[in-house]
Amino acid sequence: MDFDLSTEELAFRDEVRDFLKDNLKQKVDNDFGVSFDQEWNDKVREKRWVGFSWPEAVGGGGGSIMEQVILKQEMAAAKAPSLGTCFMGLAWVGPSIIEYGTEDQKERFIPDILDSKYQWCTGYSEPNVGSDLAALQTKAVREGDHYLVNGQKIWTSLAPFAEWMILLVRTDFKVEKKHDGITCLLVHMKTPGLEVRPIENMAGGSFFAEVFFTDVKVPVENRLGDEGNGWRVTLTALANERSSIAEVTQMERRLEVLKALAVKTKKYGKPVLEDATVRRRIARFEAKIEAMRLNGLRYLTKQLKGEPLSSETSVNKLTRAELEMDMGDFAVEILGAAGPHLRGSADTVDDGKWAFGSLSWPDVVIGGGTPNIQKNIISERILGLPKD
Amino acid sequence: MNFGFTEEQELLRDQIRKFLDTKCPLTEVRKISKTKQGHSDELWGEMAELGWLGLLIPEEYGGVGLGWIDLIVLMEETGRFLYPSPLISHSLCAMALIENGNDIQKQKWLPQLASGKIIGAIALQEEDERYDSLGIQLAAEINGASVSLSGSKHYVSDVAEANLVVCACRTGTAEGDVSLVLVETAADGVTNKAATTMDATKREGVLTLDNVTVATDAVLGAVNKAWPAIERLNDCGAVAVTAEAVGAAEQALQITTNYAKERIQFDNQIGKYQSVKHPLAKMYVDIESFKSLSYFAAWNINESPEDLPRSVSLAKGYAADVLPQLGIDCLGLHGAIGYTAEYDIQLYLKRTKWIRPKFGDADYHFDRVINLGGVE
Repeated sequence: MDFDLSTEELAFRDEVRDFLKDNLKQKVDNDFGVSFDQEWNDKVREKRWVGFSWPEAVGGGGGSIMEQVILKQEMAAAKAPSLGTCFMGLAWVGPSIIEYGTEDQKERFIPDILDSKYQWCTGYSEPNVGSDLAALQTKAVREGDHYLVNGQKIWTSLAPFAEWMILLVRTDFKVEKKHDGITCLLVHMKTPGLEVRPIENMAGGSFFAEVFFTDVKVPVENRLGDEGNGWRVTLTALANERSSIAEVTQMERRLEVLKALAVKTKKYGKPVLEDATVRRRIARFEAKIEAMRLNGLRYLTKQLKGEPLSSETSVNKLTRAELEMDMGDFAVEILGAAGPHLRGSADTVDDGKWAFGSLSWPDVVIGGGTPNIQKNIISERILGLPKD
Repeated sequence: MNFGFTEEQELLRDQIRKFLDTKCPLTEVRKISKTKQGHSDELWGEMAELGWLGLLIPEEYGGVGLGWIDLIVLMEETGRFLYPSPLISHSLCAMALIENGNDIQKQKWLPQLASGKIIGAIALQEEDERYDSLGIQLAAEINGASVSLSGSKHYVSDVAEANLVVCACRTGTAEGDVSLVLVETAADGVTNKAATTMDATKREGVLTLDNVTVATDAVLGAVNKAWPAIERLNDCGAVAVTAEAVGAAEQALQITTNYAKERIQFDNQIGKYQSVKHPLAKMYVDIESFKSLSYFAAWNINESPEDLPRSVSLAKGYAADVLPQLGIDCLGLHGAIGYTAEYDIQLYLKRTKWIRPKFGDADYHFDRVINLGGVE
């Protein structure tokens, strides 16, 4: 065991730190929402730190796994804005295009993703198809040089703001296995027949939407991968979610803020942090966050040794989900009667940020696989229990 | 960056696992834990020959000279097999001597510990269970070249089998005036009252010292200055217990997972039902988590001692917090068969309850995490 960085890795870390010292002007202090900063975007783009894990041939940075970790960690620790704002494009649309796309598709889409020109959204879930994604029913029929798409998607995050969508459709209904007959299309959001109806969430935001397809024509050249191969494309995309190291740094920061709240909040004239129950609950959060950090390092070591990761990432996803729900709720709980007060109320604390935060956990907890799905993954793929 | 084991450590793990699997399966564990002695001289001797009793002891004193990461590999496996032996106590006694003893003391005792000729133990706790220096009240009076000891130590693991006990005692009136003294259990005035705990593989009891006289050269380190060493010894104990907990919990999960695959109810393997498989998945997450925490704590013992207190408290706190419920759930998922003495899962449930308080429960460790965090 050894937690030290090599000479080259240390040099890279110093490069990142020096860059931050010279260029980081506005720290990101809030947990909610990211403000766009063109100057920052241009600078990190110039360093090739946007799409840092991607091959240099497509304009990525070609960073090693360890360098990616260092970069993410340093950026998160310095409270820097994100590396590029084309979130889904950078997280999974880009990697899928790099792996399955035609040369033409790479040229058309990859530079725009790296430049954060616009947002991508992801058309996976349907009204009756959530966790059981492969059962999707949105239909596409090939007609000459285009596909004719009909159906409906729902819970499509960022759809109200996106310019393009990565869409899963069914091109073959006569398959024995539901994972066959699925095709992946890249669809412009302004295509005639495509309608976005934003859905308001419980916190008052409208980041996700229903998306309706009525005879939407998608050119065949916008198909990603072969017809019927969409499930493979999706698996590649989802497997691309790498280390959770940056998330851990965020969680550590949130814990600090929570501790400060527990000092600031008084009951009977004393900080609530003096209450043993409060102290121990905070320590439990700390133990779970530290476990996430160390689990991440253990799995990273496996990757560095060239061993394939199976479903271990579900471990940290479950812990993260639990922390999101519990920490959000805990803040509101220790605030007592002020807890449920929103922004604008005379009794609210910190402009309602805690109340709002306690209503925002589903973004993380439900998007990308609910805790029950993660438990299925662990019990079936790691423990080898039968499928239900 | 490498948060994993070396090839040598993996080989050591295979070797230990094979050793315990052939020589001390659970049928044997049950037999051994029914004997008066509670452990097997024969296996203990073989472990000595393999170098496992002196893993931490430097080669010049007859040991193998390895570190805590190697030791927790050994302990994960002894935990997995519920191997009944004084290994933890023995290793902690050696640790106390290695870190605090002078050369004469090391020459005298370490080779005997490494060869298994004597068994070592440590005695930190007293009746008033607390983990600060005021918890240490056993009186040690220094008169010239001798020390006179009177009082009792409690919850002393393997006290009946030990020949040499490292005893924490009070040598002055100020809060931190505590010292470590080597006590030979054959000395006049030393008695013990030991018993098996609920976990028949773990024995502990009261060590009573009634006007026991030892020479001042039995004091480990400086008089009145032992508190940091005592706290560190307790932390190392917590690391050892947590390492055994990792192995034991993994095995409990394995036994229960196997049962869930075999047991048919309502025409299905019960492991098909989410009410069975989801608790098992949750156990997996918890075990992975306190495993990572315990590895890091073990690494800190040798490589970054100043980070040991926080890291061990996170590890033992997490483990102590989840283990008893894990034991209960593993047993519960078996139904009535799990309740029988004949079935093995109950042995693991009992182990979880032994682990919980040993070297500090979750409340102690979580309180310490917050205190160390500097938020007041």
